[in-house]
Amino acid sequence: MELIFEGIAKAVALLASLDPEVLKITWLSLKVSGIATFISLLLGISSGTLLALADFPGKRLLVSIVNTGMGLPPVVVGLFVTIFLWRNGPFGFLDILYTPAAMILAQAVIATPIVMGITVASIQNLPPNLKLQILALGATRWQMVRILIKEARLPLLAGVMAGFGGVISEVGASIMVGGNIKGYTRVLTTATVMETGRGNFDVAIALSLILLVVCFGINYILTRIQQRERPR
Amino acid sequence: MKGLKRAFSPLVIAAVLVFLGVTALAGASPKSVILATTTSTQDSGLLDVLIPLFEKESGYFVKTIAVGSGQAMAMGKKGEADVLLVHSPDAEKKFMAEGDGVNRRLIMHNDFVIVGPASDPARIRGVKTSVDAVKRISQAGLLFLSRGDNSGTHAKEKGLWKAAGLNPEGEKWYQQTGLGMGQTLNVAAEKKGYTLTDRGTYLTLRKTLGLDILVEGDPLLLNIYHVIEVNPGRWPKVNSAGARAFADFLVSKKVQAIIGTFGTDKFGAPLFFPDAGKKPETLGL
Amino acid sequence: MNADATLLEVRDLTVVRGGVQVLDIPSLVLRENEVLSLIGPNGAGKSTLLLTLANLLQPTTGEIRYRGYVITGNRSSHVYRRRLAMVFQEPLLFDATVFENVAAGLRIRGIARDEIRDRVMTTLGLFNILHLADRSARKLSGGEAQRTSLARAFAIQPEMIFLDEPFASLDPPTRLGLTEDLERILQKTGTTAILATHDQLEALSLSDRMAVMNGGRIVQSGAPVEVMNRPADEFVASFVGMENVLRGNAVSSSAGFLLARIAEQSIELPGVAEAGEEVVFCIRPEHVTITTINPGDTTSTRNIIPASIRKIVPMGAFHRVHLDCGFPLVAYLTSQSLGTLHLEEGTRVFASFKATAVHLIRTGHRTC
Repeated sequence: MELIFEGIAKAVALLASLDPEVLKITWLSLKVSGIATFISLLLGISSGTLLALADFPGKRLLVSIVNTGMGLPPVVVGLFVTIFLWRNGPFGFLDILYTPAAMILAQAVIATPIVMGITVASIQNLPPNLKLQILALGATRWQMVRILIKEARLPLLAGVMAGFGGVISEVGASIMVGGNIKGYTRVLTTATVMETGRGNFDVAIALSLILLVVCFGINYILTRIQQRERPR
Repeated sequence: MKGLKRAFSPLVIAAVLVFLGVTALAGASPKSVILATTTSTQDSGLLDVLIPLFEKESGYFVKTIAVGSGQAMAMGKKGEADVLLVHSPDAEKKFMAEGDGVNRRLIMHNDFVIVGPASDPARIRGVKTSVDAVKRISQAGLLFLSRGDNSGTHAKEKGLWKAAGLNPEGEKWYQQTGLGMGQTLNVAAEKKGYTLTDRGTYLTLRKTLGLDILVEGDPLLLNIYHVIEVNPGRWPKVNSAGARAFADFLVSKKVQAIIGTFGTDKFGAPLFFPDAGKKPETLGL
Repeated sequence: MNADATLLEVRDLTVVRGGVQVLDIPSLVLRENEVLSLIGPNGAGKSTLLLTLANLLQPTTGEIRYRGYVITGNRSSHVYRRRLAMVFQEPLLFDATVFENVAAGLRIRGIARDEIRDRVMTTLGLFNILHLADRSARKLSGGEAQRTSLARAFAIQPEMIFLDEPFASLDPPTRLGLTEDLERILQKTGTTAILATHDQLEALSLSDRMAVMNGGRIVQSGAPVEVMNRPADEFVASFVGMENVLRGNAVSSSAGFLLARIAEQSIELPGVAEAGEEVVFCIRPEHVTITTINPGDTTSTRNIIPASIRKIVPMGAFHRVHLDCGFPLVAYLTSQSLGTLHLEEGTRVFASFKATAVHLIRTGHRTC
C-alpha cells in the first residue's frame, strides 16, 4: 500500500513541477495515438460502411474476418510490422522503424479493425428500409452513404472511442516498432514498462496514473458528447 | 462492387496522405545511428550522459535500442543495427568469428556481485570465489533467481554454474524470471532469494531492496564492455560512418574520463572503470 | 397538358427471388392524377411492385417506362427517383428535428435555404404539424411521426408518390384522421399516387382505381366499387369483404337472368348458365334486408328467403347477423334496426335482396 501512496505522491510531484520529460512522454502518447485513431477513423468508417451496405457472396466471411481483426493481439501486430519495416525487409526503404511514424502505423493497424467492425454492426443495426427511404428521397449513392453514417453517428463515436482506448493503452507493438527511445519514441505505456523493469515502482505508478487520467479524460469528453444526443 | 471501390478510394487516399505526411515529418530527422545495447547499460544512466554529448558533437541522431545482449547481437547479425555496445564476451567472440562485426574494441568494465538476504542461509558471505558460492547455494537447495533472458548478466551467471560443474536447470530452487535486472532484484528481495547482479543496478536500488552484497571481487565476476561495429560489407544499408564515429567517440580520452567519474556523485564511487586501449589480460581475465 | 397522360407503363415485369417468382405483371399503366390502390394479403407482391416501380429494386425481366423513357436496368438513376417520393409503413425519420426531416429531400436536391424554409413550412401547415417543427423526431407519437414522413415526401412536390401500407401501424382513430388528410391533400395537389394497403375501406375512400394482387399477380383491377361489387373470383370476393360466396346449381335461365338452386331455395340473379351447371355467386351483406314478416307483395325484390338467426355479432357501428337459410348468409344491420325488430338468436325472419345485387362469379362444369 505504501508503494501506491508513494506513487501517487510522485505523480503529483512530477506533474506539479511540469517535469519536461513526463510532459514530453504524455504529449507523444496523445499525438501518436491521436493520429493513429484519426487514420483508423477514416479507413474504418469508410470501409465498414461500404462493407455493411454491399451484397456479395462471401460477405459473411469477410465480416467474420473483420470481427476477428478486432481482437488482434497488438503484440502480434507489432511483430509483423517490425518485420516489414526492418531495413532489409520489404518496406525498409521507408526507413521508419524506431520512429513515431512506425508507432502510428502499428497503432492504426490495431485500431482500424476495431472501428471497422463497430461501423459494420452500427450500419447494419439501422432500420433495413432506411437505405431505401433515403434513395427514395432522391439521394445519390454517395449522399445515401453520408446520411447513413450521420444517422449512425452515436455508435460510430463509440467505435472511435474503443479504437482510441485500445491503442493509447497498448504497449507490445509500441515497444517493438518504436524502440522506446528517450525523448523520441517513449510513450506513457513503454516508459511504465521500462521503469518497472528498472525497479522504479514509484515512477512507474506515477506514469500509470497519468495514463489513467488521460484515458479517463478523453473518454469522458467523448461520452458527454454521446450521452447528450442519446435517444430518450 | 464498383460503387464500393469508387467510394472507397477517396478515403483511402486521404488516409494514405495523412500517413505519408506524418512519415515525412518523421523522416526529416538527420542521419541516424541505430545503437543496440543492453537494458542494464541503459538503466545505469551512463548513456543518458554520453548519447546527447555524441549527438551534439557529431550531428547524428542515435536510436538507442535497449534489449538483451542476445537480441542486440541478433540485430547486428541481421544488419538491423549499426553499432553494438554489449558485455557478453563469449557470444561476442562467436559473433566476430562468424564475420558479423568489425572493430571490436574494449571500452570499460564494471563488476557483478552475488546478493542475497541479510540472513544468508547458504552462508556465502565473504566467500572468495563465486564458483564456491554457487556450489553452496546449490547444495543447500536455496532459492536462486536467474534472469533467464540471454542477457549479458544471464550469460555470466550461466558461466558460473558451468565452471562449478553444475546444471541447475529444472531444479526447484532455480527460478528464471525472464525480466530485466531491476525487476529480478525486486523478485529476489520479495522472495528472499539469491541472485547475480551488476553492481550499478544494485546500487541504484539498494535503499529499497533489503538485499546485501555477499560475494564480490572475484575476477570471474568482471563485466567487460566492448563496442562492435556491424559489418558493413555484409549489410550495405548499415550506417558504417556513424557506427565508426560512435565507437571512436567511446574510446576517446575525453569520454573515457567521463566514464571514469560517472556515478561518483550519486553513489560515492564510480559505476564503471574505463579500459579503452588496454590489453584484456591486464584485467585478470 | 393531357390529364390522361400515361406516367408509368409496365410490360412483362417479373421479379424472381431465391428461385421463387414473387412478381408477375404482364402489363400495368399509371395515369397522371390518378390514385391507384393495390390491395392483397401479405406476400402478394405489393411492396415488391412499389419498390420496382420506384427503381429501388431491379426486376428479373421486363421493362418500366416513365413518360416513354425506359428506367429499368439503370441502377444508379437518381434522376428518375427525384421525380417521385415513397413512404413506408415505418416513418423512418432521421435523428433530427421535424423541420430537418421534412427538409431532407430538398437539401438532397441542393435547393436554396430560403426556398427550403418556405416549402417546409407550407408542407408542415398542410399536415397540421407546424407546431412540431422544432420537436426532435425521437419525441413524436406514431401518428405525428407518420405525418412527418408524409410531409417529408410531399415537400419535394413529387410527380408520383408511392405509399406502402403507410397507416398499418397506427391505431384506428389516428388512421382515420390521417386517411382523411391524405385524401384532401392528394386532391388538392393533384399528385399521382399508388397506395398499397390491406385495408379495403382505406382503398375505397382514397383511390380512383383498385388492383387486387395475389401471389405476385394482379387478379382484378377497376374502379373500387366495381371490384367490390363484382369480384372476378372467390379470392377477390373474400378479400373485398364479400362475405356471402355461395355455390349452387343452375336450374334455368332466360332473358339474361338465371335461376339457381341452393339448399332447397331458389335464387334469381343476372347471368347465363346451362341447366345443372354449378354456379358460384355472391351477395354483399349490406344488400341483404331482414324483415320479421314476409315482405311478399310490398316489394319488387325477387329474392325472399325464410331464415332463422344463428348469431348476432356487434361490430361497432353495425351488427353482423349470421342467418341460416338452409345455407349460411350474413347481413348487416344497424343497432337501431336490431332494436326495432326485436331480433335475437333463434328468431325466424325473412332475408331479401334484389336479383341485381347478386353477382355471378363463375359457372362450373355440368353436374348431375
